[in-house]
Amino acid sequence: MEPDNLHHITPEWLGELYDHSHFQLTAHDPPMIRQQREKAMKSFSKLGFPDLKMEDWRNTDLSESFERSYDYPLQPVMEDDFQKVFRCNIPHLDTAVIGQLNGWFVSRDVPLMELGNGMIIGSLAEAMKKYPHLVEPHLGRYADLEHNGFAALNAAFATDGAFIYIPDGVKNERPVQLVNVIQHPENIFIQSRNLIILGKEAQLTMVHCDDSYDHQPSFSNMVTEIVLSDGAFLDHYKLQNLNNDSTLVSSTWFHLERESRLESHYLALNGGLLRNNTYVRFNGPFGHTNIYGIYLMDRKQHVDNYIAVDHASPDCTSSELFKGILDEQASGVFNGHILVRRDACRTNAYQNNRNLLLTDTARINSKPFLEIYNDDVKCSHGSTTGQLDPDAMFYLRQRGIGEDNARMLLMFAFADEVVSKIAIEPLRFRIEDMVKKRLQGELQICEQCVLHCSTPENPVEFKIDVSKI
Amino acid sequence: MLLKITNLHASIHGKEILRGINLEVNEGEIHAIMGPNGTGKSTLASVIAGRDVFEVTEGEILFRGKNLMELSVEERAREGIFLGFQYPVEIPGVSITNFMRTAVNEIRKYRGIDPLPAGEFLKMMEERKKLVEITSNLTNRSVNEGFSGGEKKRNEIFQMAMLEPTLAILDETDSGLDIDALRVVANGVNKLRTPENAFVVITHYQRLLDYIIPDFVHVLYEGRIVKSGGKELAIELEEKGYDWIKKEN
Repeated sequence: MEPDNLHHITPEWLGELYDHSHFQLTAHDPPMIRQQREKAMKSFSKLGFPDLKMEDWRNTDLSESFERSYDYPLQPVMEDDFQKVFRCNIPHLDTAVIGQLNGWFVSRDVPLMELGNGMIIGSLAEAMKKYPHLVEPHLGRYADLEHNGFAALNAAFATDGAFIYIPDGVKNERPVQLVNVIQHPENIFIQSRNLIILGKEAQLTMVHCDDSYDHQPSFSNMVTEIVLSDGAFLDHYKLQNLNNDSTLVSSTWFHLERESRLESHYLALNGGLLRNNTYVRFNGPFGHTNIYGIYLMDRKQHVDNYIAVDHASPDCTSSELFKGILDEQASGVFNGHILVRRDACRTNAYQNNRNLLLTDTARINSKPFLEIYNDDVKCSHGSTTGQLDPDAMFYLRQRGIGEDNARMLLMFAFADEVVSKIAIEPLRFRIEDMVKKRLQGELQICEQCVLHCSTPENPVEFKIDVSKI
Repeated sequence: MLLKITNLHASIHGKEILRGINLEVNEGEIHAIMGPNGTGKSTLASVIAGRDVFEVTEGEILFRGKNLMELSVEERAREGIFLGFQYPVEIPGVSITNFMRTAVNEIRKYRGIDPLPAGEFLKMMEERKKLVEITSNLTNRSVNEGFSGGEKKRNEIFQMAMLEPTLAILDETDSGLDIDALRVVANGVNKLRTPENAFVVITHYQRLLDYIIPDFVHVLYEGRIVKSGGKELAIELEEKGYDWIKKEN
C-alpha cells in the first residue's frame, strides 16, 4: 500500500485537488490573478499533459515519470536548520541569493527585500500581496496558458517562486542567484513560478540553479517569465544539476522589447529527464539574443532542449549554439524553431546544434525548423552529430597523451566553446571544473549543494546572509 | 641501432601501399626519404607512428630493440618517436600550453620521472619558442587553430623541441613553406640534433636538404626503397627528375 500522501499525478487527480484546495490556492491572489488561475485550470483540463503523439514531445517520453507517485505539498515544509543547507562556494562569486526549497521561497521572515537602488527581490507570493501593480501587468501574460498544458497547470496551482524587479535605468552589477533546491524525504511534485522584470535600460546578471540535494525522485514543473523593457540587458544562466531520478520541465518565456539584449546560457550537467522550453519573443525592433547550451548526459539520462524564437519585429538578431556530449544510453533532443513573421524585415537568425555520441547506444534527435514569412532575412541552421575526430585523437596520442586523456581533452574542448561564453569569471572557472569532473565521471550529487565540490586552494563559502543583500 | 625496419608490408582498405621496406637508422644520423607523390612516404611515417587505419601485413619494426607492433600510438611516442605532421590537426579549445604540459608529463610518468613543476615548464616553453623563432603569445592559443601553413609547421618543430624525441620523423615539413619559414624549421632541426637522436626527413623536393644535410638519402617508389645513397643522390634526383627512377623500375 502506498502512503496516503503519495499520488499519481493525473489530470483527474489534479482536477479534484484544485476543486478541493481552491480556497487555499487563491487566498492571497489579487483579483486578476484569481481569474487567471480559474482560466488556466480550465485550459489544463482541456489540454492535459503532453504525450508522444504531439510533435514537440515526440522524442521525450514522460510515462516513466508519471508512473511514480508523489507527495505534492501545497504549503512550504521548512526545516529549521535549512539556512545551513544553502551554501554556494563558488570562489569569488559574490551574489545576492534567492533560495527556494521545493519551489518555496526560503527566508520566510524576510520574504521580500527592497534594495537601495529600488530593486526588489524575494518571494513572488509576497510580491503579489505587496506590489500587485508590478506583478499584475506581467504575470501570466507571456506564458502560453492556452496551448501549453504544463504552463496552464503551473498557473493554476503555483503560489510562490522568485520575484525580481529592476527599476528603469538601474544597472545591477552584483549577480542575483536563484537557487532552486529539491530535498524531501519522499518523492515530490513541485510547481513554482518566477517573474523577473527589467525596466527600461536596466541590467541584470542572473544565475538560476536547479539542484538536488538527495537521491529521492522528484517531478518539477517550473515556469519563469522574464520581461526585458526597452534597452534592457540580461545575462542569464540556467545551471542544472539534478539527480538521476529527477524530472524537470522548465519553461522560460523571454519577452524582449525594443533594443533589449539577452544572453542566455543553459548548462545541463546532470538530471534524470530534463526538458527546457525556451521561448523568446522580439516584441520590438533592434533586439538581440545569443542562446548557448551545453548538455552532458550519460546512463539513461534524457535532455530535451526546445527553443522557439519569435521574430515578431524587424531588425532583430538571434543566434543559438547548443552542444551535447551523450554517453552510454543517454538520449537528447534539440528542437529549434525560428519563426520570422511577415513584418520582421532584416531579421538575422542563426541556429547550430552539435553533438558527440560516445557510444552506439547514445541517441540524439536534432530538429532545426525555420518558418519564414519575409524575404529580407538572413537565416541559417546547422546540425552535426558525430564521434570524436580520429585525426585529432591520433595527433594527441602521437604526442604521448594516453587515449583516455586525449578523449577528455577533446571532449572538454568541445564543451568549452559554450562554456567559454560565460561572462562571470568565477562562475566560468567553476563550470569548467564541473565539466571536467563530469567528463571524468566524478561529479556526484553531494549531501549539500553540488557546487560544494571544493577547490582546496579556495575554500570560500557563501552562506546566505540576507542582511548583506 | 635506433630503428630497424625489415621487409615491411602495409595496406589500407585491402590496398597494399608498402611492399617490403628495409631501413636502418642509427643514433646521430639524418636520413632523407624522397620519391614521387603517392609512393608511400607518408604511409611509412604513419605506420611507424602506429596509425591504426594501416594494417601491417608482413615484416617488423624494431625501435631500440622493441617490437613497435606491440605498442600503442602513445607508447611509441613515450618511447621517443615523434611524427611531424604534413597536415597538423587544428584542435579548437585545447590550448598549446595545456596540450604540451599534458604530453610532457605523460611522457615523464611513463619514464618514471616526476611531473615538471609549472614554473619550470613555462620556462622551458619560453626557451623552446625562441629555438623556432616564435615571438607571438602562442601559449594562449588553441592548437593550430587559425594558424597559417608556416605557423603550423613551426608549431610542429616547437613541439618536437618540447618533447625531445630520440627519433623524429618529419613528414613533408617543407611543403607549403616560404624560404624564410623553411630556414627557421631547418635551423630548429639542426639545433636539436645530438649524437643520441636521429631524424628521418621525408621530402618531395631537394630544397630542404640544402639546409638539413642528410647522411643518407633513400628513394621510395611504389612501396619500396629502390635507391639509397649519400647526399649527392638528392642532387642527382633534382637534376634528372623522378622519371629517371620510374624508368629504371
